[in-house]
Amino acid sequence: MQNTLTSKAARALDVEDLSVRYGTSTAVDGVTLAIEPGEVVALLGPSGCGKTTLLRVIAGFVRQAAGRVRVDGSVIDHLPSNQRNIGIVFQNYALFPHMTVAENVAYGLRARGNRGPEVQARVSRFLDTVQLGAFHQRLPRQLSGGQQQRVALARALAIEPSILLLDEPFAALDRNLRLDMQIEIKRLQRTLGLTTILVTHDQDEAMSVADRIAVMNKGKVEQFDTPVAIYDRPQTLFVNGFIGTTNLMNGKISSLRNGTATVALDAGASLDLPAPDGVGLGAPVLMSVRPEQLALSAAPGPDTWKIEPGLALPIGAQLVHEARTVDGTFLKIIEPRRTFMTGAPRAYCTLAADARPTLFPRPT
Amino acid sequence: MSLERATGVARPPRALKLAEWQLALPLALAFASIFLAPLLMLVGVSFFNDDKISQPGFGQWAKFLGDPFNYKVIADTMLLGLKTVCATIVIGYPLALIYLDASPRLQKVLTFIIVMPLLLSVVVRTFAWIVVLGREGVVNTLLLQLGIISEPLRLLQTELGLVISLTQIEMPLMLLPLISVMSRLDPNLRDASSALGASRWRTLFTVIVPLSMPGLVAGCLLVFASSTTAFISQTVIGGVRLIYLPLLIWQQSLVVFNWPFAAVVSLTLLVSVLTVVSALSYIGRRSGGYVHG
Repeated sequence: MQNTLTSKAARALDVEDLSVRYGTSTAVDGVTLAIEPGEVVALLGPSGCGKTTLLRVIAGFVRQAAGRVRVDGSVIDHLPSNQRNIGIVFQNYALFPHMTVAENVAYGLRARGNRGPEVQARVSRFLDTVQLGAFHQRLPRQLSGGQQQRVALARALAIEPSILLLDEPFAALDRNLRLDMQIEIKRLQRTLGLTTILVTHDQDEAMSVADRIAVMNKGKVEQFDTPVAIYDRPQTLFVNGFIGTTNLMNGKISSLRNGTATVALDAGASLDLPAPDGVGLGAPVLMSVRPEQLALSAAPGPDTWKIEPGLALPIGAQLVHEARTVDGTFLKIIEPRRTFMTGAPRAYCTLAADARPTLFPRPT
Repeated sequence: MSLERATGVARPPRALKLAEWQLALPLALAFASIFLAPLLMLVGVSFFNDDKISQPGFGQWAKFLGDPFNYKVIADTMLLGLKTVCATIVIGYPLALIYLDASPRLQKVLTFIIVMPLLLSVVVRTFAWIVVLGREGVVNTLLLQLGIISEPLRLLQTELGLVISLTQIEMPLMLLPLISVMSRLDPNLRDASSALGASRWRTLFTVIVPLSMPGLVAGCLLVFASSTTAFISQTVIGGVRLIYLPLLIWQQSLVVFNWPFAAVVSLTLLVSVLTVVSALSYIGRRSGGYVHG
């Protein structure tokens, strides 16, 4: 049996030095992304960072002021959106309200001139893929949000697109459904081997679905890397603050040698850390450290600093401590919860054994 | 979820519902006394044989329906309405599409231009059309000077001139419902259609037109009802040689004072307009299919 669900070769997508301007404001500013065939990339950022505009340029709805978009090496900028063969699922799904589920899914096939039983067969196959085979005669408004999204997905996939674009696809779903749909989309994307770009402002969503994440801010890509690398090695202060929870501590570089910087924290400790680029001796720096990379200690030492313990909240299997350093910085410290807490009160803080804090030049 | 919330809203108590109903009473009374009662009187008057309204009978109906001339007047009136409806669709629909694509600032300007005919008095805009369409009017002068025609066109007192002016006069009635329905359409639908490979025309005819059908039908009904009964425009621009039902009513009621016959013509106009209007809305519902809610 011929199975149209197994993919043709997945396509590579290259965005080269792309800029979009609306009047005097720049929505997308010199973005370059090289997306591998079959990869899922999340465009992650706060609202207004240009991620949706970038998606609309790739889809062909918005013209860029500069730069190129290539699919498998060939430029597609001159093609109108109806000739790009790019599937898109909108945040509000944008199903045609006057057409049944089956007519919605068949729309792209009919627009390509397909007629008759072949269309019917393809429609049933894609509706079965999203587990909505029984709903083909319903109107969109008779479906739940999750079902509408599956229809939108089936409609986008039915044209066998070269690239799949998802615009905040989970934003309108409630929490449980969101996880189901994330798994479903990931599964479909794997089966079809489809290059997929996902726009989101939800970092958990980006982390769980994407192979790589492009963190965007003010029209620029701040970092384009794997979720783990972005979490563990944020390259800019923005990425550092946007992804996960972090503690920022003020300090100064007290010595520099062989790529290792000794940082004198204002909180009162001296730590040896990998030196960041472009920071000289005596420069003010910010040390970013994740809450789980801090530990409490009972005794003082050269690499510990004194804290004033605050609340301790048990959250699941973890205990979240709040603390205040002598220079007035509030810290969050997360440690695994143990049943017995013994010994002296722990009034000192230090880096956990496997901690990898990041240094950033302190913005003035 | 929203359904649960909607049904979860507490129903107003019975007493309050009664009070709400009573609030509508003044309007209902006014409606009954100034609309329903005269209409019933009109029906009553039509069943008298003489213009003194003293001998009851079907004489006037027999006289009206027995004269082929009257059928021509009915047909001309309905055709005038249909031609005006067609002209307002052909010009109004693209205009509505342009309006939707326009920037907010341009939309404000367009709104003003669209609503303007409603802000002018009927008499003023009708006489303005005389100036435009007359033998020495703007259109003829322009066409003569451009050398497109060698003799002035006859536009006044022709059906063509009347349809042209009615199209402009009735345009707001087509555009306002159309724009209000179209601007509620999700702009993503057009993008979705295009991304699925549909051309602009396909998107227009398979997505935008069906979804704007409620506005289009409403516009057609308003334009039709308004243009078939536009007595002043019909008489001033069309002249007395073009006879439509409103002119007939005016002649019978205020010139020859045959009120029963005028009542017959009035009821004929009412029934014909209602028939075409119901047919239009039936066709609209059948072909459009989709009405909100």
